[in-house]
Amino acid sequence: MAVITMREALNQALREELRRDENVFLMGEEVAAYQGAYKVTKGLLDEFGDKRVIDTPITELGFAGLGVGAAMAGLRPIVEFMTFNFSILATDQIINSAAKMLYMSGGQFKVPIVFRGPGGSAFQVSSQHSQALESWFAYFPGLKVVMPSTPADAKGLLKSSIRDDDPVVFIEQERMYGNKGEVPEDPDFTIPLGVSEVKRAGQDATIVARSLMVPVALKAAEQLEKQGVSCEVIDPRTIRPLDIETIVTSVKKTNRVVVAEESHPFCGVGAEISTEIMERAFDFLDAPVKRVSGADVPMPYAKNLEDLAIPTVDQIVAAVREVSYLE
Amino acid sequence: MATQVIMPKLSPTMEEGQISRWLKKEGDTVSMGEPLAEIDTDKATMEMQALSNGVLRKILVKEGESAPLGQMIAVIGEPDEDISQMLSGASAEKAKSPSPAQGETEPKSEAKTEPKAEPETPAPLVASRADGNGREASPSPSAVDSGRLIVSPLAARMAAEAGIDLRDLTGSGPGGRIIKRDIELALEQPKGGKPATSPRVTQLRAVEPRPGQQFGASPYRDEPASEIRRTIAKRLVTSLGPVPHFFLTTEIEMDKTVEMRKSINALDPELKISINDIIIKVVAAALLQHPQVNASYQDRAIRYYERADIGVAVAIEEGLITPVVRSADQKSLSEIAAEVRELAERARNRKLRPEEYTGASFSISNLGMFGIDEFTAVINPPEGAILAIGAVSPKPVVRDEQIVIRQMMRVTMSCDHRVIDGATGAKFLKTLKKILENPLYLVV
Amino acid sequence: MSKQQPSERSPKTEKSATGVMDEEASESAELSTIREDHQQAKQAQKGRLGGLDRETLLGLYYKMLLIRRFEEKSAEAYSMGKIGGFCHLYIGQEAVAVGSISAIRQDDYVLTSYREHAHAIAKGMSLESVMAELFGKEGGCSGGKGGSMHMFDSKVNFLGGHAIVGGQIPLATGVAFATKYKGTDQVTLCYFGEAAVNQGSFHESLNMAQLWKVPCVYICENNQYGMGTSLQRSMSFQDIAQKACAYEIASEFVDGMDVLAVREATERAVERARKEYLPTLLEVRTYRFMGHSMSDPGNYRTRAEIEKYQQRDPIKLFAASLREAGVIGDKDLAEIDSRAKEEVDRAIRFADESPLPQPEELYTDVYAAPLEKKPS
Repeated sequence: MAVITMREALNQALREELRRDENVFLMGEEVAAYQGAYKVTKGLLDEFGDKRVIDTPITELGFAGLGVGAAMAGLRPIVEFMTFNFSILATDQIINSAAKMLYMSGGQFKVPIVFRGPGGSAFQVSSQHSQALESWFAYFPGLKVVMPSTPADAKGLLKSSIRDDDPVVFIEQERMYGNKGEVPEDPDFTIPLGVSEVKRAGQDATIVARSLMVPVALKAAEQLEKQGVSCEVIDPRTIRPLDIETIVTSVKKTNRVVVAEESHPFCGVGAEISTEIMERAFDFLDAPVKRVSGADVPMPYAKNLEDLAIPTVDQIVAAVREVSYLE
Repeated sequence: MATQVIMPKLSPTMEEGQISRWLKKEGDTVSMGEPLAEIDTDKATMEMQALSNGVLRKILVKEGESAPLGQMIAVIGEPDEDISQMLSGASAEKAKSPSPAQGETEPKSEAKTEPKAEPETPAPLVASRADGNGREASPSPSAVDSGRLIVSPLAARMAAEAGIDLRDLTGSGPGGRIIKRDIELALEQPKGGKPATSPRVTQLRAVEPRPGQQFGASPYRDEPASEIRRTIAKRLVTSLGPVPHFFLTTEIEMDKTVEMRKSINALDPELKISINDIIIKVVAAALLQHPQVNASYQDRAIRYYERADIGVAVAIEEGLITPVVRSADQKSLSEIAAEVRELAERARNRKLRPEEYTGASFSISNLGMFGIDEFTAVINPPEGAILAIGAVSPKPVVRDEQIVIRQMMRVTMSCDHRVIDGATGAKFLKTLKKILENPLYLVV
Repeated sequence: MSKQQPSERSPKTEKSATGVMDEEASESAELSTIREDHQQAKQAQKGRLGGLDRETLLGLYYKMLLIRRFEEKSAEAYSMGKIGGFCHLYIGQEAVAVGSISAIRQDDYVLTSYREHAHAIAKGMSLESVMAELFGKEGGCSGGKGGSMHMFDSKVNFLGGHAIVGGQIPLATGVAFATKYKGTDQVTLCYFGEAAVNQGSFHESLNMAQLWKVPCVYICENNQYGMGTSLQRSMSFQDIAQKACAYEIASEFVDGMDVLAVREATERAVERARKEYLPTLLEVRTYRFMGHSMSDPGNYRTRAEIEKYQQRDPIKLFAASLREAGVIGDKDLAEIDSRAKEEVDRAIRFADESPLPQPEELYTDVYAAPLEKKPS
């Protein structure tokens, strides 16, 4: 297996699926001639031409809706948001159209579309460009929400998302585009949606982390191991549908949980995971579920303040120690 | 606002309590935490503390009288407060099912501005909350302060499965929350327990210094009883009753022990080490060398204790009680002596707390001071054995083919045959005898 | 110092701010393409009869009448509590849906707003399935899950029924994009009210449509009121067809009370789409005789204004044209009317008798690929 960046893994997934299925096309701002604002779509215009790799005007609501309509008529659009912050303009089409079309048409019109792009914090891009919006989309039945944390997951999950018959919100993390990892080259390699992965096995506490927080949680687990606390790190990978079984199984073993997330805590995915654990494994908890979330403030610009707003290894270590009653 | 004083639960098995003595009389000012009365439970006489401030307005249960748990036994209120309604409710209260919670309040006159009796307020006692960013809020009052039991869901389930009464435990979590490790402690589990638990955390806890006296039973490990062990157990129980005893007797030459005792006490007359204190120490040392004897039979497991917690039978007026010397193997003779004296004194005054007379891993009973040469003792379940100690007295014995006078002592160990076999017990007694006959082994 | 005080406002501004339009204001709202004079309108329409055979003409008349009777029965059923939620009636606008959809093929696509019973019927959906959907029954076109605002039928390429104003415009653009992508010659008709023109989705879609040359016909049904707010009070420049200039899109004003005028304009637009992959914007001027929905108090327009437009009722106009041209007699009209009533009665009976959706249906159709169980 080759070691490549997450950016390259995503590019491979797009390229392979564009090759595999003529009905797949890619559209978004700067995806074609510019080669992608973050170079994820590099080289695709050259290979597939402007019929299938399409630069859009800056018109998020419009092209998101156009994508949904094209999906209703049998295509498999991949709609890139340059960042998910801009998807806020398109939420009417994602939520009111894509999420509900199958249901309100009584099962007649499925919407096989992928909305993808980077979400979460980047590097000092301030309040309007640093938002983790997964809880918004995960709230709605009809949408699937995917957040990969490794290059291999990014490739396997994006390919599954493109092949999926439902609208998928696929949120990448800009800070992770350069992260490297082994990625299978087999064009048939996919990872099923809705399956968590235990990124590290352990006995004493479970850390549930997604996207940017997975490597952070793994570092925390390493430190904790040296302190005598063995942590299990679980990456749900798909936020909706959530594979809660794997998490609950782990909790029943470890009795202690920390949910690490980059997003705001209030009404976040961590709150949902925490509730699920409470409902399904209450009698197995030795401590309340602890969340380590991004600060409950708009993202500041200043470097020091931004660092304070994003969960750290130390915070996760402290949280695990707290739920393990080691403080 | 007036507060009811109810009969509190003061021992795990207590169903009713007798007022031994009121320490305050009607009209006295009382403040929270002040001793209010002494209550005789089924096991001991315990002090009951006031849970509110005010004046002891009315005593409803007189000295010598009993009341079931949860029944109102007195009223604390302000000097001029009308408590008639509360008193009229007292008779109805008696009919209600008892509750272990203390100091329930009744809303009464609201116009008072004097310092009010602090009613128990369960809501804020929930363990610490977090603010929006997940930071800890200010610490909440401890479970002990509130009388409300705070327990993690897991610990509650573990306790229920193990048949542990949570009220016997002191929570070590935030705000006094009883957590998994407290239950593990109560179950006396040593390292290497079930794989599903968390050995590392246990280890971390085990190396933490534990200041002061050790409460609660020893950690232990349960090992599944083998098929043969269970068959033996079943057949013996059929033959001999629930705890199938057998007895091993040996005679021990005590000259060197007697000599050592004299030498030690010569150092400082205040030490007052007894032969019995030395026997406690030696028994503990021998137990650690023979873990099979420091064990008890559980339903499907043999429980091996980590510490040697020695129950010492103490005769009291009403009968017998066995206060426990925890970790006797780790204590010096002077510590043991002082502790036994203190425990025995309080036992005679019926002031022992429940955790002080339960959960030994092995017991001894000494009737030597009554001139008894030899006897058998009855095992205190679930302990695996008890050692009955006779008097030390000069006897003619053969040494090097010559008759000589030696200070001899006969001991008989009653063993639970489900867990201890004859040979196992004999080996233990051999070690015991070896050390007592040459107590220098204690220091090597 | 020059700050204007409220007292300095002109009486006219104040008046319009109340939301109640007087006769004079409504007069100015009248649209040039709707011929005021019935006789003139009839003359214009009769001029269009020439190229059409009797069957086609009677078919158009029947469809309009059927929709009128359907909507009348819907109103009745709504008042009886058989229809819940919202119910937006199309009475007065029949010529638009019938005239335009008569200009396309069965495999062409239609997307519209929440005032869509007529388009569904005109596109060929069964009355039974539309009425049962209104009743929230299992036999409804969307299985009772969509309701009055969300009619769908994949068999006739009727793609909804969308209830966020303007939401269907990007969708229709996407459908048209897809047909071009796949190289078919299908055309997409996209209907919306004039108020949707104020939404970003309208402008974003028209921009992309011309940029990428998609075969979509945008049909703005200008019935002059966005709910209770008149065009004059909500749009700075009210010649909607001219807004197409901003995107270099072809456009036309159409008399929406003349079914043949609508048909002809649509034919021109459809040909442009089918042959050249070019979009068109039609501004079809019409009027709704009923309230915005069944719960509309109607206090924003005068009785006189409604009556004036009722003189130009598209069905009455077409009946007169056909009779005067000798295509149809009074007996035919009566027969057609009773046939329409019968068909609507059948739909009502079907809807009445259709069972409620099964409770299990609550959880179906949320996902096409549910992934409920994780693969082992």
